[in-house]
Amino acid sequence: MNTNILIVGVGGQGTLLASRILGSLAHMLDKECKLSEVHGMSQRGGSVVTHVRVGDKVLSPLVSEGETDFILAFEKLEALRWRHYLKKDGILIVNNQEIMPMPVITGEMKYPQDIFDILEKEGIRYEKINALDLAKQAGTTKAVNTVMLGVLAKLLGIDYDKIQKAVENTVKEKFIEVNKKALDLGYNN
Amino acid sequence: MKKIMLTNHAVALGAYEAGVRVVSSYPGTPSTEITEQLAKYKDIHTEWAPNEKVALEVAIGASVAGARAMSCMKHVGLNVAADPLFTCAYTGVNAGLVIAVADDPGMHSSQNEQDSRYYAMSAHVPMLEPADSQQAKDFTMLAFELSEKYDTPILLRLTTRIAHSQGYVEIGEREETALKEYKKDSKKYVMTPAGARPRHIEVEKREDLLQQDSNHFEINTVEYRNKKLGIVCGGSVYHYVKEATDASILKLGMVYPLPIEKIKRFSKNVDELIVVEELEPFIETQLKAAGIKCRGKELFGRQGELSVALIRNKLGLGSLIESDKLLPARPPVMCAGCPHRGVFYVLSKLKLTVTGDIGCYTLGAAPPLSALDTCICMGASVGMAHGFDLARRENNVVGVIGDSTFVHSGITGVINSVYNKGKSTIIILDNSTTGMTGHQNNPATGKTIYGEETFRLDLEALVRACGVKHVKVVDAYDLKQIEDALREEINKPEVSVIIARRPCVLLPQIKQSTPYYINDKCKKCKMCLKIGCPGIEYIDGDIRINRELCTGCGVCQALCKFGAIVKEDK
Ligand SMILES: Cc1ncc(C[n+]2csc(CCOP(=O)(O)OP(=O)(O)O)c2C)c(N)n1
Repeated sequence: MNTNILIVGVGGQGTLLASRILGSLAHMLDKECKLSEVHGMSQRGGSVVTHVRVGDKVLSPLVSEGETDFILAFEKLEALRWRHYLKKDGILIVNNQEIMPMPVITGEMKYPQDIFDILEKEGIRYEKINALDLAKQAGTTKAVNTVMLGVLAKLLGIDYDKIQKAVENTVKEKFIEVNKKALDLGYNN
Repeated sequence: MKKIMLTNHAVALGAYEAGVRVVSSYPGTPSTEITEQLAKYKDIHTEWAPNEKVALEVAIGASVAGARAMSCMKHVGLNVAADPLFTCAYTGVNAGLVIAVADDPGMHSSQNEQDSRYYAMSAHVPMLEPADSQQAKDFTMLAFELSEKYDTPILLRLTTRIAHSQGYVEIGEREETALKEYKKDSKKYVMTPAGARPRHIEVEKREDLLQQDSNHFEINTVEYRNKKLGIVCGGSVYHYVKEATDASILKLGMVYPLPIEKIKRFSKNVDELIVVEELEPFIETQLKAAGIKCRGKELFGRQGELSVALIRNKLGLGSLIESDKLLPARPPVMCAGCPHRGVFYVLSKLKLTVTGDIGCYTLGAAPPLSALDTCICMGASVGMAHGFDLARRENNVVGVIGDSTFVHSGITGVINSVYNKGKSTIIILDNSTTGMTGHQNNPATGKTIYGEETFRLDLEALVRACGVKHVKVVDAYDLKQIEDALREEINKPEVSVIIARRPCVLLPQIKQSTPYYINDKCKKCKMCLKIGCPGIEYIDGDIRINRELCTGCGVCQALCKFGAIVKEDK
């Protein structure tokens, strides 16, 4: 059985790093793993998605629509945008943060106000996390990604030591401490 | 030892272990990380060339001189390098020569989705296509071997989903290859008509031989599963097919030339044959020409990427799940503090016709700036501005081009405009980096791929040497300077160049200044929204600056007539 994870957010929020930490974790757990990332144009503040597949036999590096176990959404609108990837009993983990896209900034469109209502109505299982506050508490707004990973690791039943090791293996030396704090706040909140 | 790594890094590892000695490339998504990774190996000389043509020529030179060499580029880069490619196919190689080319089906970061497999066919060089990270490494090593065995340059094709996916890769040791002996051999390496005619015969012989041998290559594999359906595929599509169906699969590791005999045998052992390939019917057409009955594009179309779900759907094995189309889109935007923004604001304000080019600044085409009229290929802004001018003579055309793009292929355009007595105005957006592809150095930054100091190409002196008399340098954050310069230069009866200079805010050496905020003098006139800065938000009738994003560049402040945009106290 494979575990399919989608990490979605806004270019610059660190989805790439988050997926790489999961890759390192899979390696530690001796699991087959493939990741798929987006670089280039779409990174410039655009909607971004990275795919993570872990299990015994992984073929395509991409998760299919309707087959995702966990979506880790770093931003609310992005949670909505990618929700069709979730499988029936999959879980959407949503950072309760709004980042305005250009059509909203220019007043051309409205940012959807009722995201959690929509999720309720559609019967989607979700976890709401104030990851930005927790990241600030850890010391930097940039650590939203690690806070969210902490939440995911807990839901996946991963030992804290293991996910912490994966963070240490992946994150740049000087950011390890703050990321460990963020991970802890996500995992143990 | 195994490691999870980016496929592009696996290609670099393969080249390293195969003993590559010289690498010359030009960045381009999704190929860039191959060369960036190669630069980390001390035993290899790696460099950024100003464009793909030069890059490939450097690699050809090194190969003829006896060193295993490589050049990496994106699909459109191979257009630029096509000239040396077609003729080095005639000369063949001395030491192995591998050209990695990355296609971008679905156009994640490209201006077209051309299929580079046709280059293999028309230049008569073999092309390998891996399906995952491990194969990317293995095929790169094999490519060097085949290149030497068959005396040919060889193409290694990647697509975005392969290049930017990660998987396990086995790490080995570098095999030091000795520099091969170089013997002058004008019959092989001097391609005059008299020299090239006999070489052309060799090219055809080589291709025939490769075609026959490909039927026995281990990288073209057959997996019999359900024999009702047989599928021919390669690259990332192989894994999609395997996951989507239980059909038998013939996986092509070499996509040109095709192992026709092997495919014929396969087709006889299955009830129906389908070719599943992204983009053009490259394989399908060849199979049909060889009399092999198959279907392909009538099911899958030529546009975009395939996926497990799409393949299932087209084979009648499942339905597609639609996305929510009513949500606000989130297109990529110029970053807060991007030095390109002010120039586009002024161009838009002055209602000039703007021939654009390729880079972060292409985002100036999006609303609310909507400042670009055209974008075709790297360097086109300069030639097109001249062409526009010749056609309409309206004194209102400006070409905009980034520093890396100008060095890549804008210089010849300027020489042309001056030589032919044109009068267009060109703005070089010099942000001291190759921004779009992730901040590579280029000749105008004065640093090599290793970050070492080198001669910094002097853009002012360069355009003067091309004969441009009117050269102005302005601060890209200073709207007034930009507007004054444009008003002055646009009407001159000769070519003008304005260099708008400011380093990219994302460069590590840039210190951001204190953010601005909007005070109660704001009259909600929305002037500041016209620059499309992601740091200025208009929500429920309220305009505010997002201090997480604001870099303190001050471009918006210059637009506020009411003095409502002010710096935060330190
Ligand atoms: C022939 C070709 N090679 C490479 C690319 C990939 N590419 C797109 S934009 C760009 C460089 C842009 O740099 P620059 O002109 O300095 O503008 P910036 O992004 O820094 O604003 C490159 C290499 C391409 N589109 N076409």
